[in-house]
Order: sequence, then C-alpha cells, then structure tokens
Amino acid sequence: MLADKDRIFTNVYGFQDWGLKAAQERGDWDDTKALIARGQDSIIQEIKDSGLRGRGGAGFPTGMKWSFMPKESKDGRPSFLVINADESEPGSCKDREIIRHDPHKLVEGALVAGFAMRARAAYIYIRGEFIREAETLFKAVAEAYDAGLLGKNAAGSGYDFDVFVHRGAGAYICGEETAMIESLEGKKGQPRLKPPFPAGAGLYGCPTTVNNVESIAVVPTILRRGASWFASFGRENNKGTKLFQISGHVNRPCVVEEAMSIPFSELIEKHCGGIRGGKDNLLAVIPGGSSVPLVPAEQIWDCPMDFDGLKELGSGLGTAGVIVMDKSTDVVRAISRISYFYKHESCGQCTPCREGTGWMWRVMERLRTGDAHIDEIDMLQQVTKQVEGHTICALGDAAAWPIQGLIKHFRPELERRIAEAGNLAEAAE
Amino acid sequence: MADRAPHPDTLELRERWGSFAWTPANAEEAKKIVARYPEGRQRSAVMPLLFLAQYQVGAETNTQGWLPIPVIEFVARELDMPVIRVLEVATFYTMYNIAPVGRFHVQVCGTTPCMLRGSDDLLAACKKRGMAKGHTTDDGLWTLTEVECMGNCASAPMVQINDANYEDLTPERLDHVLDELAAGRFPKEGTQDPARHTVEPVGEPTNLAAMMTENHDYRGEW
Repeated sequence: MLADKDRIFTNVYGFQDWGLKAAQERGDWDDTKALIARGQDSIIQEIKDSGLRGRGGAGFPTGMKWSFMPKESKDGRPSFLVINADESEPGSCKDREIIRHDPHKLVEGALVAGFAMRARAAYIYIRGEFIREAETLFKAVAEAYDAGLLGKNAAGSGYDFDVFVHRGAGAYICGEETAMIESLEGKKGQPRLKPPFPAGAGLYGCPTTVNNVESIAVVPTILRRGASWFASFGRENNKGTKLFQISGHVNRPCVVEEAMSIPFSELIEKHCGGIRGGKDNLLAVIPGGSSVPLVPAEQIWDCPMDFDGLKELGSGLGTAGVIVMDKSTDVVRAISRISYFYKHESCGQCTPCREGTGWMWRVMERLRTGDAHIDEIDMLQQVTKQVEGHTICALGDAAAWPIQGLIKHFRPELERRIAEAGNLAEAAE
Repeated sequence: MADRAPHPDTLELRERWGSFAWTPANAEEAKKIVARYPEGRQRSAVMPLLFLAQYQVGAETNTQGWLPIPVIEFVARELDMPVIRVLEVATFYTMYNIAPVGRFHVQVCGTTPCMLRGSDDLLAACKKRGMAKGHTTDDGLWTLTEVECMGNCASAPMVQINDANYEDLTPERLDHVLDELAAGRFPKEGTQDPARHTVEPVGEPTNLAAMMTENHDYRGEW
C-alpha cells in the first residue's frame, strides 16, 4: 500500500483547512520561485521523465503535450492553459476533492505548468454543478493574488501570470477540450473539428493546452520530489500515483490516492472493506468511468489498475472512477441508464450521435424487459459500430463502448430475458 | 439531447420582466466578471452573466430563479450580442432554468453510480411528498428534476437542492433534509452519514490517519 508520506493529496478528505496558510504548512507554494527558476525546458523534461500521463481519461503523456506549444510567439498571439475541471463522467469524483480540499495544489500547478508552456494565463473551467467547490476555488485564487503568488511577477519569479475561474452550466460535453474552448468563448459547447489542434489554434484562436485538474495539481510535487520518485510507482508506461474513486456495491465507497497498477483486489480489500456480500458476490466492474466497457468479476479481480492492464481486458482506466456492481444488480438496466446519460448529453452536432444515442437507449430499454427479437442484439451491436468513430468527438465512442461491453460479456443474460418474455419462439418462426 | 423549450414569451411576461436591470451589487459583479476576459472577448462572460441574472430573478421571486426571455434579451444587450446567441446558450446548458421553478429545486441524481446505491428510493420518497418529475408542487415549494451524474459518486446517492449537495442519503435522511428546508432551516450540507466526514472510507481510516487530528506536514518523512 502507498505510504502516507508518498501521497500528494494529503488533505483529500478535508479534515484540515484548505486555505493558503494551512496549505503552505503542508508544503504548497514552498519556494515556487525556485521551481520556476529551473526554466521551461527543464520543467517539461522533468515531467516527461516522470512518466505522467494525463489524468482526464485519455492518458496522453503530459510533458509531451506541453512540448507541442510554441516556444515563441511569431505573430504576437499569447498562449493559454485551460484546466479541465468539468468533471462529469459518471463514476468520477476526484477533481472535486482536489478543488474543495486542496485547491492550492491546483493553483500552484497552474502557475508552474503555465510557465513551462509559456502561457499568458490559465482558465480553470469548473463544472457548473460544483457550486460550493467553485466558491472555494474563487477564494483560493483570490488568496494567491493577495499573497503575490499570482499576477505580475508571480511568486517573485519575474513571470507574469493570471489565473481565472470560469463556471460551466451543466453540459457533460464541455469536458471535451474543444467544446470547453467553445464554451469559454461564450458559445454552445459543441466540439470543433481537429485539425487545427488547440496547440495551434485554441482559445480565441491562440495556442492552448487543455489539461485535467489532477494532471496539473501533481506537477509541483513531482518537481519537488523529482521525476524518479514519481516514476518509482506503477508499472512501466503507467507511472505515478493516482486518485481512485470507488462507488457502487462496496462496503466503504471512497476516494483514495494509490500507486498506479495496484491490483483491483487490493484496492477493494484494503480501502473499501471488500465487495458487499463478499468476493463471490461480485458481478462486474466498470473500471474507468461510464465510458469504458464493463469487465466481469473473474477477469478484473487480479488485474493491475492501470492504462495497459485494463486495456488488455478490452476496457480502460479512464478517470479511474471504479463502479462496482454485485450480483443483485440489474446489469442491463445499469448499462441502459448509462445509454440514457449519453442520449441526454449528446450535443446534437453529429447525426450518428444525436440520433444514435437515443436509438441505442430505446433498444436497451426493450432489451431490459426482453421486449425484443433475438437478432436485435446483433443489430444493436452493428449500430454501435456505426456510431463509434463517426463523430467529431469521442462522445459517440463513449456511448457505444458500454453497450458493446454488455453484449460481449452478458449476451446470455440478454437472450434469457428475451426468452423469458416469450419472444424467442416468435423470432425463430 | 435534453428536451427543453423556453417558457412562452407573453405580454404578461414582458410586463413583469421587460424592465429587468442589475441591482447595484450585481452591476458591480457583472463588471468584475467581464474583466476576466480579454478585450473584445466580452461574450465569454455570457455564461456567468446568465447565472447572475438567474440568481437575481430568484431573489426577486423567492425561487431558485429562472430566465424569462426579456431577461435573456437584457443579457444580450449588456454584452452586445445577438439575442439568439444568448438564447441558444441558455437553452443548451441545463443549469439555466428556462421555465419557472419552485422555492427549492430538488435535483435527484439518477445516473448509474447513484442508481446502484438507491436513487430509486429517493425519487420514490420525493413522489410520496407530492413531487413529480418536471413539475412544481402547487404550494410552489418544490420542483423535482432527475439529473445526470453530479460527480459525488463516492458518497452516493445524492441530491442537489439549489446550491447545496446532500450526500450519502437514505429516504429517511432525505425526508429529514426536506422537512428542515420546508421549515425554513438549513440542514448541514455534504454527507448525511453521521459517521463520515467527506469521502473517506467510513469507519477505521485506511490512510492519512495523521491528518484527522492535525495539519500534518509529511515533508519530514520524504
């Protein structure tokens, strides 16, 4: 188990004050000037060496992402850092804990990361429903300004840097980076076609990098403790510590920071008090937030919880929002409810997603009650394949994958329901 | 896509809201908000200004607040934007109420993590009190909405009522919260489990035990 001294988010449970003074006593904003004095290239190299991969779900190497930003502005356009705090993926609730209990890690990270990518300012886009969390974040930023840690000559570094907070208003799609940029510009959050990528033309047409809250908040600690410290956790290509969020049918649901690649069994037994009703009562797990396919009990138990381990099982780490389902679960309804979520959150821009998410949900609801023909299972599978990969952003893929996972692992259950509802014979005739 | 249609634009509505303007305090706030964005990019402020307007309508009507068409037009004038651009933002984002709501907007999260922990029972408890999804009760006290994941999954099931989250709910705990609100009191926000602080594993701590009693600085152990 990860030792307490190696945890980055020591106030993740909010037992102590989130304010600047208390945060400084825990080690935040400790000689930030010296971190900045290392220079842009050195910081980016250190982050590359640490093996940090983006914590928002896709797992793109953070240091490499920063290196795509222009080193100098040839036409006078400034660069921006946008921090994605639009945490809306069902099963994910980690950024909320960082923002409301350890916001100074994020604000300090914004300065250091913003400096490293030569950004003029950072916009933190926080989801609208995080109302109290946004209040905390506004106050934390104001505290940092008052203490001279942001603004002109931020933290005495000689670098001018601003941090602004922008609240969303209830649209899951704004977690997609180009939709977030659109929303920041005061428009509907509908994703943009890429290219151009945000690093070339993002917010207000300027070079922009969009990073997840956790990716940014861990940066100062990585720089203080060194890339090799961070890289000492987890398997090759899956380095570091990570906030896991365990919800559903465990005895003690929680958010906990652990080393990457921790086996699922250890995560559940050590921190969550085991599966409700014991290990044998486990049915399936959605390991990375609602967008990834579910994994049946027998495959997940010993699996290392990291990008590659879960990819091998045909799923993914995503945001590490682990949704646990025991044998009392109506698994078809659980996935159908996720289908409804995507129907609700589709921005309506691309036809396969706008029409497909509603269509898939309606068929899922019929499969739930068995009111379907047996060959509709294959038809649904085919439709998910027609949505996947045919939309501007990944919401179409995210709507398709949970259904594909259900059909892959629970087809007998779908067939049983159809048979029980008396629709099997009819189809055979 | 969420099914949403703006409240009809009637003569009565124009009469009530046609002269909407910021209160002095909100006018100050609006100026601060617009200053967060670069010169010439003031339309970025449309979302925060719509929130501000919704709050002000809420304060004037003693409800959570909503956005009548004349108020949307006011925000458009403030930012020098075409009304349709503001209207499409107001209708796109679900937190903007485009029809009147009650004193308390009870938003029950029904997405899978909450569903697994019993959000069906919470909806049933709301219905028992006369609430119906998408409607406001006759006394104007409650509006019930089933919402999508609110990001409180480790303390599910949860309900957001106006600005406050109530987590780790059971039907009994929710009843208590609603009774308190109806009586004009404000119950403790966050988890309703008396044994829990926030999102730690309830019971014996599995990690960071030292932080429970003091603001522990771990740097000495690095």
